[in-house]
Amino acid sequence: MSDQGPQKLYQALKEKAVSLTGEKKEKTRVMIGTATCGVAAGALKIKDYFENEIKSKGLEAEVVEVGCIGHCYAEPMAVIDKPGFPPICYGYLDDGLVHRLVEDFLAGDDPSYEYALAALERNDVFPTFEDFPRGVYEHKLILKNCGYIDFRDINSYLAEDGYAGLARALTGKPGELLEEIKAANLRGRGGAGFPAGLKWEASLKSGVEEKYVICNADEGDPGAFMDRSILESDPHLVIEGMILCAYAIGAGKGYLYIRAEYPRAVGHVREAIDQAREKGLLGESILGTDFSFDLEIFQGSGAFVCGEATALVNSMEGNMGLPLSRPPRLAAKGFRGKPTVLNNVKTFAYVPLIVKNGVDWFKEIGTPDNPGTAVFSLVGKINNTGLVEVPMGTTLRQLIYDVGDGLPKDKPFKAVQIGGPSGGCLPESELDVPIDFDSLHEAGAIMGSGGLVVMDENDCMVSVARYFLEFTQHESCGKCTFCRLGTKHMLDILTGITEGRGDSNTLDLLEELAEDVRDGSLCNLGKTAPNPILTTLKYFRDEYKAHIEEGRCPALVCRDLILYYIEPPRCSKLCNVCVGSCPTEAIFTREDGLKEIDQEKCVKCDNCLKACPAEYDAVVKLSPPVLPPEKEKKAK
Amino acid sequence: MTKEISITIDDKTIKVKPGEKLLWAALDNNIYIPHLCGIRDEGRPSAGCRLCFVEIEGSRHPVTACSKVVEAGMMVRTRSPRVDRLVKTAFELILSDHNLKCGSCPANRKCALQKIAAERGLKLTRKRFKPLQRDFELDDSPDEFAFDRSRCVLCGQCVWADREEAKVGAIGFTRRGINRVVTTFEDLPLADSICTQCKLCVDACPVGALYYKKDAKK
Repeated sequence: MSDQGPQKLYQALKEKAVSLTGEKKEKTRVMIGTATCGVAAGALKIKDYFENEIKSKGLEAEVVEVGCIGHCYAEPMAVIDKPGFPPICYGYLDDGLVHRLVEDFLAGDDPSYEYALAALERNDVFPTFEDFPRGVYEHKLILKNCGYIDFRDINSYLAEDGYAGLARALTGKPGELLEEIKAANLRGRGGAGFPAGLKWEASLKSGVEEKYVICNADEGDPGAFMDRSILESDPHLVIEGMILCAYAIGAGKGYLYIRAEYPRAVGHVREAIDQAREKGLLGESILGTDFSFDLEIFQGSGAFVCGEATALVNSMEGNMGLPLSRPPRLAAKGFRGKPTVLNNVKTFAYVPLIVKNGVDWFKEIGTPDNPGTAVFSLVGKINNTGLVEVPMGTTLRQLIYDVGDGLPKDKPFKAVQIGGPSGGCLPESELDVPIDFDSLHEAGAIMGSGGLVVMDENDCMVSVARYFLEFTQHESCGKCTFCRLGTKHMLDILTGITEGRGDSNTLDLLEELAEDVRDGSLCNLGKTAPNPILTTLKYFRDEYKAHIEEGRCPALVCRDLILYYIEPPRCSKLCNVCVGSCPTEAIFTREDGLKEIDQEKCVKCDNCLKACPAEYDAVVKLSPPVLPPEKEKKAK
Repeated sequence: MTKEISITIDDKTIKVKPGEKLLWAALDNNIYIPHLCGIRDEGRPSAGCRLCFVEIEGSRHPVTACSKVVEAGMMVRTRSPRVDRLVKTAFELILSDHNLKCGSCPANRKCALQKIAAERGLKLTRKRFKPLQRDFELDDSPDEFAFDRSRCVLCGQCVWADREEAKVGAIGFTRRGINRVVTTFEDLPLADSICTQCKLCVDACPVGALYYKKDAKK
């Protein structure tokens, strides 16, 4: 085998891919974002509209599905790439808009800029996403191709220099590749930030020849969808990363552990694996070398705890998804008792880029101890929900206000939950914390897998903690005492507080128990489950106290601590809207023609508050749930 | 013959077999460490009961003795404020889900929980955590023994005895989280399952959840 063998084979593949995709680019193409998020917003219907409109007008244009473009707030979205124009992205699509775009832009030559979000390439007429405020901060590495390439077509990835890293690495020795990943200080993106290179190296120390590479795509945090989007939009990037890892450690077999709730991701990855095999990039003798490696998909059944490494492997072996005591670590004794490297989707996704562009390139991005970027799914009370990628070291404030464009209606910021149910809630005072593994850990949150939920004054911190505990308690496997019983008691205590129950000792007990569950649990699900409690107690203790001591929910969320009340001076005799909105007939018309709520019948559904016309705005929530005294008298 | 190594537990230096887990090394030398789920012959311990915490010099956090392999020169403390706090909480959590009517329990005075309480000065009452209300049906279908899940602490000793010693496989853990139980396939009464009523599980139970009917107290 000559050292140039893989490069030569690769160049041939790439040239073919470039010419094929080049041909496609000569035609007008409509690219529709059909990752799960887009589909949920109606992208498949939009695709139909485009196809029908194009057909009925007899136009020459291809409609292509692409992955997640990352601007979820504007879904469904499409990019129109017409020769002679820069590719332009349109959002908030519906049948009317599709009709107009086809008529004016595809048939005519008017790009309807008034409906365009941004162009994808620099040009003289229309701004690009980089010109958005968020573009200043965003730095797309692993999301670069997402939403821009055809995930169905490996040529689309090859044409963008895909698999170039693999071809390069195969001309060198596995040890050199390992040294590169170590030198790049790539930290695992699954949450804890353990250096990937060290993990890979550890699997070599065992001296066992048979090894496995597993990609953890068991993304289970509520509000997190980074891994899903990458797998759906750019599956080859992850596959290439896994092949590289296998080459570095000498593994022959790998698995992608994808949860079955991600059918699109499973489908896209399956197609991608087949295509990679066809091209000789996967399977026997990869790119003509004597290195062989094959991949298979394992569909997880969706238990949150199976994101924990040992539980994941347990479930792959056909056992219950329960974590095991460590050591041994997976790198020493993992799947089928063999050394196993398990990394997150995002971790593998960085590998091809590091190999292709070099260690120095990677280390220039981010901070010295946390090189590279961080991917977040921005959700909650934030204007630009979506998938963003920013360099490590960006502050939370920049992420929320500049990239995410702040909170809707300019409401004041209250807290941000980072890292899902295992993460923590940080208040305004911590917003200047730079986003990296160590700083977030210090502040009490974790990077986690990258879910980021923004909250405003209408979110009750006790309820938020309760929500996450309900999740972890439900997802506890029940194997160890602290997690099985500790999360249950913590949840019961929190539920009590949201109902106004508790005394002066309650918060101390909750805090003690939370600390013990953190220190005593068997696996990281249990160890991190108390984080939402510990951080909200640290930063929002007064809110807990208001519930217990005053029976008051400051955010007016906890149902047992609020009542609905119609303010007579604002109510109008001429309006009956609230009466009709009430499902329990609790609202009646008083003798003076104004409306009042029968508190006995009211189920606090919030309908009347939403129904009351803005010009009156007469329905209010009161906490503690006590009627104003003089009004009470009048009512009688 | 592998050469024995020395470790020190609570200022007492003992010789132990290399590769031995710390919990068994201590117990063999009459040094008590609380434990429920530990099984000597189990290769990789379940480490589920979280009672056998000890401090090891050089370790930042308390570790479970059942999963820690002895190392030459290891310095171990079975008690420390941190260890005591964790053990106390774990113990109280277990009690919050355990039928505490010791007087009417066949295991009274030979119960592992009572032993832990006595050794560590812990109370067999519920102070911090409210009892979890649960309805368990008593399975008294076998001829000579019965299974009262309200006393079960999910230590897994019976499952090990059933599978590894009796080689039957009639019982196992099912369900998740707070609903985790030891039960038969399809939750059948023991007598209707493949159970051979060999009673090894009854002998293994440390808390009187599986007990001989002749020992039952009226």
